[in-house]
Amino acid sequence: MSVVADTIDWLADPAHWSGDDGVPHRLVQHLGYTCLTVAIAAAIAVPIGLWIGHTGRLRGVAVVSSGALRALPTLGVLTYASLFTGIGIKAAIFTLVLLAIPPLLAGAYAGLESVDRQTIDAARAMGMTELQILTRAEIPLALPIIVGGLRSATLQVVATTTVAAYIPGPGGLGRYLIDGLALNDYPQVVAGSIVVIALALALDGIFVLLQRLALRNRPATVRIAA
Amino acid sequence: MDWVRNNTDRIGDLMLSHLWLSVVPIVIGFAIALPIGWFGNRSPRLRGVLLAAAGVLYTIPSLAFFLILPGIIGTGFLSPLNVVVALTVYAVAIMVRSATDAFESVSPSVLDAATATGFAPAGRAFLVELPLAGPVLVAGLRVVAVSTVSLVSVGALIGVDNLGSLFTEGYRTDNQAEILTGVVGIVAIALLLDALIVLAGRVLLPWNRGARTRARTSVSPMALVQHLRGGHA
Repeated sequence: MSVVADTIDWLADPAHWSGDDGVPHRLVQHLGYTCLTVAIAAAIAVPIGLWIGHTGRLRGVAVVSSGALRALPTLGVLTYASLFTGIGIKAAIFTLVLLAIPPLLAGAYAGLESVDRQTIDAARAMGMTELQILTRAEIPLALPIIVGGLRSATLQVVATTTVAAYIPGPGGLGRYLIDGLALNDYPQVVAGSIVVIALALALDGIFVLLQRLALRNRPATVRIAA
Repeated sequence: MDWVRNNTDRIGDLMLSHLWLSVVPIVIGFAIALPIGWFGNRSPRLRGVLLAAAGVLYTIPSLAFFLILPGIIGTGFLSPLNVVVALTVYAVAIMVRSATDAFESVSPSVLDAATATGFAPAGRAFLVELPLAGPVLVAGLRVVAVSTVSLVSVGALIGVDNLGSLFTEGYRTDNQAEILTGVVGIVAIALLLDALIVLAGRVLLPWNRGARTRARTSVSPMALVQHLRGGHA
């Protein structure tokens, strides 16, 4: 049982750290897909979530559809979508965006819901417009929870990008796992898994810091200084 | 539909294995998380440590988790045990958070009253705390169930047969019906287990029916966002 030693050898081999198949290139690819899909999902979900949270309308629809999306198996969505898009990254991007929407939506509306109603009433009484209430009171106060949604979405996408390597085209770190399994090259499988896990933990750590920062910079009271 | 009609035996077998691969981690995970959550609620520091550890474990991407387990517990690379163990760890990680929330939701004055009326510590834990924590525990278990059923399908990538096998096979053979059958089957199992958990909650906690249940099971917004991480692939 020398898989552990072989894995260390694999990771120590300079050949695995350069070129298109090297860890740095795959890592950048993986992060690229993650950033792109989370950005697209955020552009869709955050405005809707903020609108739901601010107005309180359609909240039930958001809860139910988020729950339903969560029950969908991602590998199923990915393989089904790829039958239509063919080999390439389109199916992966579609699946990852779909997956990132529920936590982002929930973060936005749950964040706004967590804001004390009296604070909002006070802001309104002071003469703030609805947009000012949203941008100066609600969003700053809800920011730790909105960032929490971003954290969940990002980690989910990092994990699913790994699975998406099953479809030829997307690349990313998952290739080490899928290719290694196909070739019975277990040191490559384990080394790739370790890099994926390290990436996920590192990103989670960054989000922990961001959430603390958001919490610390939360306004104690509403400021309306123009 | 023709594909479904011609493959009913195989679909039945895969549903059964999918069910087993889901139910075992859900049940074992619940049984492990319950005492951890109870103890975690005794001290704020221990609680912090436990929730941080649960958060880290839950961050590990599932496919990578399945594939490093052989190096840790000595299983074969394609063993179903990797899936069962990894999903049990995820179930514990989600459920520990729910369990600490659940036990925290029990009012301290009720516990004092129970002690004053003569409950011994063990009796108080089982006869007072556990039933009162029930609604929040049920809510947590529902999240665990849906997330586990969905994650089992990733096991198909390491050759563990379940409804996820219809995805990999359907993809290889360009068979839309096969993939859709897998999706429908998995959603059906998730709904079935969810309904069973709700039903068990109603039978075991008959005093919590109706609107009050909803009020008591409400989770904090941050916990809600955490819970929505369920189902990551």
